[in-house]
Amino acid sequence: MKIVVCIKHVPDTEAKIKIGPDGKSPDLAGVKMIISPYDEYALEEALLIKDKDPATEIVVATAGDDGASASLRQALAMGADRAIRVDVPGSGGDALSRARVLAEALRAEAPDLVFTGKTGVGDDEGQVGPMLGELLDRPHVGAAFALAVEGGRFVAQRGIEGAVEVVEGDLPAVIAWDKGDHPPRYASLKGIMAAKKKPLDVRAAGGSAAATVVRESLELPPPRAAGRILKGDAAETAHELARLLREEAKVI
Amino acid sequence: MGAVLVLLERRGGDPKGSSLQALSTARKLADASGDPVVALAFGAGASSCAAVAGAHGASKLLAVDDASLDLYVPEVYAATLAEAAKSTGADTVLVPGTSLGRDVAARAAARLSTGLLSDVVEIERGAGGALRGKRPVYSGKAYAWASVPQARPAMATLRPNVFPAVASGSGPAEVVPTAAAKVPARCKVVRLETAPAAELDVAEASIIVSGGRGLRGPENFSLVRDLAAALGGAVGASRAVVDAGWIPHAHQVGQTGKVVSPSLYVACGISGAIQHLAGMSSSKVIVAINKDPDAPIFKAATYGIVGDVFEVMPKLTEEVRKIRADA
Repeated sequence: MKIVVCIKHVPDTEAKIKIGPDGKSPDLAGVKMIISPYDEYALEEALLIKDKDPATEIVVATAGDDGASASLRQALAMGADRAIRVDVPGSGGDALSRARVLAEALRAEAPDLVFTGKTGVGDDEGQVGPMLGELLDRPHVGAAFALAVEGGRFVAQRGIEGAVEVVEGDLPAVIAWDKGDHPPRYASLKGIMAAKKKPLDVRAAGGSAAATVVRESLELPPPRAAGRILKGDAAETAHELARLLREEAKVI
Repeated sequence: MGAVLVLLERRGGDPKGSSLQALSTARKLADASGDPVVALAFGAGASSCAAVAGAHGASKLLAVDDASLDLYVPEVYAATLAEAAKSTGADTVLVPGTSLGRDVAARAAARLSTGLLSDVVEIERGAGGALRGKRPVYSGKAYAWASVPQARPAMATLRPNVFPAVASGSGPAEVVPTAAAKVPARCKVVRLETAPAAELDVAEASIIVSGGRGLRGPENFSLVRDLAAALGGAVGASRAVVDAGWIPHAHQVGQTGKVVSPSLYVACGISGAIQHLAGMSSSKVIVAINKDPDAPIFKAATYGIVGDVFEVMPKLTEEVRKIRADA
């Protein structure tokens, strides 16, 4: 079994977002960067498959600039076997451009499974997983939280509004992961040492087409008007709150 | 300019509310240029959507009346949507921003080599007719305006419950029986499993009551459920209590959970970590109940009660029941 896990190097979810000088992108100076959380869930699921079957090869791939190598090293330290970075400026433009350069790198790998997160923190588009399915001509499951693979077939579960979809299909396939039952492991000291010797292959991006989606501007949400703290004991404040919700806010 | 194509997502036969919102938004975009709105629906009895599609602005309904497509088949849905965009000469494709909609739109966009604006909360046509949209990024910590300047059809998914659904009273849409695209279906949804209590999902709810660490243990989540039930809302949770295993991840609100914007969000025993605030701070009205007067959640709150959740919540549930019973 060969699994390619596509990851994205993103600002920490605890980071405050500031607008950069170009008015379009965030100012990331001094911001801690991490593997996008859903990609990390995807990596953990791949590592669990390898734990059961050590013959499994896990390749971790990203489209990004040199900074993204840190997330690839982190993935290698957690247990991936080797890494590919397709060298693109920033995080590679719009989703379709990113999916294209990743698909191109993945074709030669011919993996049984392509894993990624259901969405990358930041752009929050959730486009790359389904796009990889289309570009690689493979079935895909978006936002899976459980997966069983047997004899060239898979069964995945995916949460939708108020229900769970049970999805069955053929390998090879692309699975975009939601948070499942397995929190990502920490890299061990041994893993961190071993990661330094694992191959990290940097490739030039092939001739990519112009971006189809263009960011025009980035703005912070308007500050919320100052709220009101209700005074009194539990009974009084509860009574007053219910009244305000009905008569002033008109939401109940 | 060309037609505006809208994917209708059906549940239990009828289009979901988010699909009617997409249709009405399409009607508004199309009115400015005098273009038709065309709807596309999958599954047995798809043509039965003609009346409601027509009332919400569609002049035609492409009905893929095929029982094998009652449940989501990603490859076939995406290829058929792409073919419909071509056959109708669509300039714009709007899709409800639901789990299904966002998934199928991304695959179809790759098939059409076009641009997709995900999860927009505002949409318009800019210079030269290019589709522009405003969308939350970093889970709502910021908003980006983005556009699809050249590629056609331009696509967008619309965040549910942001755009109004407007029934104009027009007659039924003309039904055009349409065949599904002939592509392999190498994966498909074989069945739906509903949550035992058929719980209301936070992503679709207009009222959400969320609980956090201040509840001290999973056994006390009944306080949250009781208040949610009294309000007719959904049950949400902070990341801390989901990580602690008190409640499944489907309930998590925040950057690694669901980003929500209900009309009322009640945060109970939640301190308001930045990643939680990112997921709910665009709610219309926010109520915070917390013992700690310095909790960051109070900065986002419209109404705050500094107090013990164990005392305040039962009283509030009682008051809400009373006030709703009087209505």
